[in-house]
Amino acid sequence: MVSLLLSFMSLFPKSLQPIHLSYHNLNFDRLFVMKKDQVPQDDENLLDGKTRDVQYAVDQNGKYMTVLSLGWEPKNIVMRQAWNEINSHVEDARKEVIAGKKSPLFYFMQKNMMDVKLLSEYSGISRWKVRKHLKPRHFNNAKISVLDKYAKTFNLSSTDDLFRVGE
Amino acid sequence: MQINFQHRMAAHCENGVITNLLRYYGLELSEPMVFGIGSGLFFSYLPFLKLNGIPVASFRPLPGFIFRRITKAFGIKTETKKFRNPEKAMKELDIMLDKGIPTGLLVGVFNLTYFPAPYRFHFNAHNIIAYGKENGTYLISDPIMETSQALTYEDLKRVRFAKGILKPKGKTYHITHVPENVDIKKAVVKGIKKTCNEMTGFRGPLIGVKGIRYLAKSIEKWPKKVGAKKASLYLGQVVRMQEEIGTGGAGFRFMYAAFLQEASGLLNEDRLWQLSEEMTETGDKWRDFAVRAGRICKGRYKTSDSYASVSELLLEIADREERIFKKLKDLF
Repeated sequence: MVSLLLSFMSLFPKSLQPIHLSYHNLNFDRLFVMKKDQVPQDDENLLDGKTRDVQYAVDQNGKYMTVLSLGWEPKNIVMRQAWNEINSHVEDARKEVIAGKKSPLFYFMQKNMMDVKLLSEYSGISRWKVRKHLKPRHFNNAKISVLDKYAKTFNLSSTDDLFRVGE
Repeated sequence: MQINFQHRMAAHCENGVITNLLRYYGLELSEPMVFGIGSGLFFSYLPFLKLNGIPVASFRPLPGFIFRRITKAFGIKTETKKFRNPEKAMKELDIMLDKGIPTGLLVGVFNLTYFPAPYRFHFNAHNIIAYGKENGTYLISDPIMETSQALTYEDLKRVRFAKGILKPKGKTYHITHVPENVDIKKAVVKGIKKTCNEMTGFRGPLIGVKGIRYLAKSIEKWPKKVGAKKASLYLGQVVRMQEEIGTGGAGFRFMYAAFLQEASGLLNEDRLWQLSEEMTETGDKWRDFAVRAGRICKGRYKTSDSYASVSELLLEIADREERIFKKLKDLF
């Protein structure tokens, strides 16, 4: 009887066989997430309209192939989470600059996801000087050649932009 | 100078660069094949190494590993260079392109102008190929992009000398010689064995399935240890590593399953197909982990989405993968 059942099952292509019976928490929107026509396309413009993501998924015969995807909800959530975190640091920095506690350099450092070490490496300005320039008094007195280096690091077109922290 | 080079997309940048380079030299292999032979499947959890204050869980080996392993397996001769002087590095690249040699480059993505903005973090282990220079613009094949790209001299120099962790230092690599006959079957077996060893055979708690278990146990403690907000950031980081551009889904599990399928045909071994299906199942579990973790990160708890439940799920994944790799190892 069992062998009859097995031979009957083998008539079907592999993908139709219940290989997922062990899946304890049945939830159909993710049970066959790797099937090619069910690769998620949850677009939140995280790929900037510039490209799509290659995903591996199986076709009707259970054979793997590639499918282009615009995104997947859980991944979008964690990407958004990471950016919310960065943006909240930037916003805090902006407030501190406006309150006069920190120089605009601090705002741009946060905006470019840098710390003192990384900013120093990119700009070629020593760490202790970068730290000094995080204070408004010193930053306002910085040489134009120094400001120029910072502006280049942050992809700003002029040193004047260094003093605009986006009200 | 433009080389007759064919750009093709891939899920993972290093695989993609290798696949495209090998094809240029007449060795046609799929991305999963390159990934499997190069033993690209990996896991490590390094809680003491923090990126932006968040412990690092990695689903890939260090950049360059896959390239080194696959070329070694086939007896392909290569040349790798690093530079101190950016101008010299660019000059050397020009010389290579003049000779008509497509050249692999290690770059950072932060200043990579054509890259999707939301992905431009300070990440320095991206691989691209330069295959020509026209009017001072470099022609770039980036496996992550659907079409080939262009970069100016300044922009390319900048990304080749990105700063921060794992500085690329203008690293270039290219193929100098491909042997006429390569033994793919032998290389496949070797690649599988290596992956089995890495996933199950390392000492200490950080690497392979033990690393997954270690991560699982840490996750359960995170809310108490670092507070709800940080715990959710930590968890989000794991999911980002797992699903970010370039894994093909589920932290490379689906790609590895695709490799096992191909290997099954190549070696005429049905049990590899069976193990591929089991690998797909663990891939689904990783996806399930991402779904639940995502809901936790979003602050939408369901009763089943606690840190304890995702921790339990990871432990189950570790057990399953350990079984798979033990079975795989016993095949050869």
